[in-house]
Amino acid sequence: MKKTGKWEMAAMGAALAAALTAGCMTAAAEEEVTIKYANFNASGGQEETLEAMYEAFHEEYPNITVEIETIGFDDYFTQMQTRVAGGTAPDCYELNIENFAAYANKGVLAELTGIDPAGYNETALSAFNVGGTQYGVPGNFSNVVLIYNKDLFDAAGVDYPADDWTWDDVLAAGEKIRALDENTYGIYQPITFNEFFKVAVQFGGSILNEDKSAFTINSAENTAAAEMMISKVTDSNIQPNDEQMSGMGDWDLFQSGRLGMIPTGIWAFATFTEGCDFAWDICVEPGQTQKATHFFSNALVVNADTEQKEAAECWINWLASSEKAAQMRIDAGWDLPAISNDEVLASYLEITPPDNRQAVFDSLDYLTVAPIIEDYALMSDIITGKLSEAASGKLTVQEALDAAQSECEEQIKLG
Amino acid sequence: MSKRKKRQALLQSVPFMLPSFTGMLVFSLLPILISVLISLTDWNGLDKLNPETLSQHFVGLQNYAKILTTSEFWQVLGHTLYYIVLYIPLVFVASLGIAVILNKNMRGITVFRVMYYIPVLTSWVAASLIWKWVLSPQYGIFNQFLSYIGIRGPSWLTSEIWAMPAIVLASVWKDMGFFGLFLLSGLKMIDMSYYEAARVDGAGKTKQFFSITLPLLTPSIFFCLIMSLINAFQLFPQVMIMTEGGPNGATQVMVERIYTYGFKYFKMGYASAYSWLLFIIIFVLTILQMKGQKGWVHYES
Repeated sequence: MKKTGKWEMAAMGAALAAALTAGCMTAAAEEEVTIKYANFNASGGQEETLEAMYEAFHEEYPNITVEIETIGFDDYFTQMQTRVAGGTAPDCYELNIENFAAYANKGVLAELTGIDPAGYNETALSAFNVGGTQYGVPGNFSNVVLIYNKDLFDAAGVDYPADDWTWDDVLAAGEKIRALDENTYGIYQPITFNEFFKVAVQFGGSILNEDKSAFTINSAENTAAAEMMISKVTDSNIQPNDEQMSGMGDWDLFQSGRLGMIPTGIWAFATFTEGCDFAWDICVEPGQTQKATHFFSNALVVNADTEQKEAAECWINWLASSEKAAQMRIDAGWDLPAISNDEVLASYLEITPPDNRQAVFDSLDYLTVAPIIEDYALMSDIITGKLSEAASGKLTVQEALDAAQSECEEQIKLG
Repeated sequence: MSKRKKRQALLQSVPFMLPSFTGMLVFSLLPILISVLISLTDWNGLDKLNPETLSQHFVGLQNYAKILTTSEFWQVLGHTLYYIVLYIPLVFVASLGIAVILNKNMRGITVFRVMYYIPVLTSWVAASLIWKWVLSPQYGIFNQFLSYIGIRGPSWLTSEIWAMPAIVLASVWKDMGFFGLFLLSGLKMIDMSYYEAARVDGAGKTKQFFSITLPLLTPSIFFCLIMSLINAFQLFPQVMIMTEGGPNGATQVMVERIYTYGFKYFKMGYASAYSWLLFIIIFVLTILQMKGQKGWVHYES
């Protein structure tokens, strides 16, 4: 899931109190330095916002010059990998969650010592802490909520989803909506690792044990979670299978008015505001034995080999957590800053739809961190592969998770 | 020319060859040699690449042994062979058809030549995206056509059975112009007097095709066969964009695996070993074809 936040926002007037200027602890900051910063998230529309942020930064820290390099997502990681290996990586750069752990574990990132942890959203910051060492700061933030089609709920005579809904409520409502029409479905949730690790937590399970030393993929809780995810396609069919989807995107299905519920990222708001000719709203994702919500964040990291570590830290810390940068980020409708300062975030709440935008922030109470390990991409592909074999009926859910467990154990060394 | 003069000529040519030779040495030959070394290590693609790193990560032939003992490699090879079996006959029939059509002397034939060649010039990324649309089971034009003749088209790219044929279809569409042009130049080289002689002797069109056209076209066919086989083993962009190796790994092929291991899983040593195995396969097959050509390729002398 590649994300580029695209919220349309007009709001400017947020209370700008408690000026917590994300200050760098640079005492020896008098000398002129130039650092390089590479990123992908500004590509495709937000280059100017980033440039404006830098100008504001440069005003505060005139001795630090940042050369910004914005590279498209498709080329970014192959290019970065080559540059890191070749010793020509920029002083600081952006990484997505899939690549972050690999880079951190391979010793190419510097430990961040000059940042102010208080300014950040705690869970998001902890995502980039590996074994007690902080290797990155969350540069942006977005999470997943349950988006629902109000008109379909009205037609089916079901109460709107609420924050305290469990999967049982979702499935029951889904069945009533499915009964409305042959081509109308209750819910769509991709059967992938990305969804599975979260639903597993909602069912009380997990992908790894507590200290990340062993896989727990085929636990009873996880099996129940996967059963639920898959049976709503294969048994009750309240979720369309691949053939029924026939290449259509899940957002398109929702916008066509034939889908009751879709747990998806808040970056869908702008698209749905424009594309839906029916009423829709959001609430916190459903849970089961406990609540767990999904979030996405990109890490801003410092190159282990840089000679300008202090300046690089100063820049990424400012970019990620300063009030000025945060406000610019929200005003430009880029994405949310992963900061702890609610007042800056307040202006975000004023935009509708959805009416219940508060759910975006209520979801923050249940954030679950992805099971980040060095071989994240490999683990993710193995588990997604087995889940889709179960969804296509080649394996039972139990067999699929057993196979995923043994394949992960075989191919991935933990800790 | 005396020996001295020859040497002088060689020396004089060196400065002219140097720029492109240096480029080839630094950007092709050297990386190729280094990849041999990388394939003997478990280098992760992120640590600094220098002799010290490589010697620290040295694992011998372990990567090769591991690849050859995984079932994945044989599956992937199977997918590639499946692709070849479908692709090569189809692309030959299509491009031979094009060549024969384009060989006619009629007005505006150049326009047709250009039209058939346009897919060759299109980037694979754009072509794949178009084919994704064309093959979309619900809105795609391809299934629409099938429905006119009473066939309910499959959901091409999401079906394990039909995903590879779908990729073959797109590849044939894209490559037939390229091979068609080669075969056309082969056709043009055939001396018209053979046909006249055959006509005098009473040979029909079919007889002429199989006894004159086809045998005299074999050098061109041979070239196209070698090229298309190499191409087929290097199948990559269309897979990456149309299916990403799915559904359920049904379209995973060698170059896709190399890319995934090298740049997604950070197993650069393993990926290098994979690519050397690919090289060996292509090399052996090409040699076999070279040896085998004596039996069926007729060079005019």
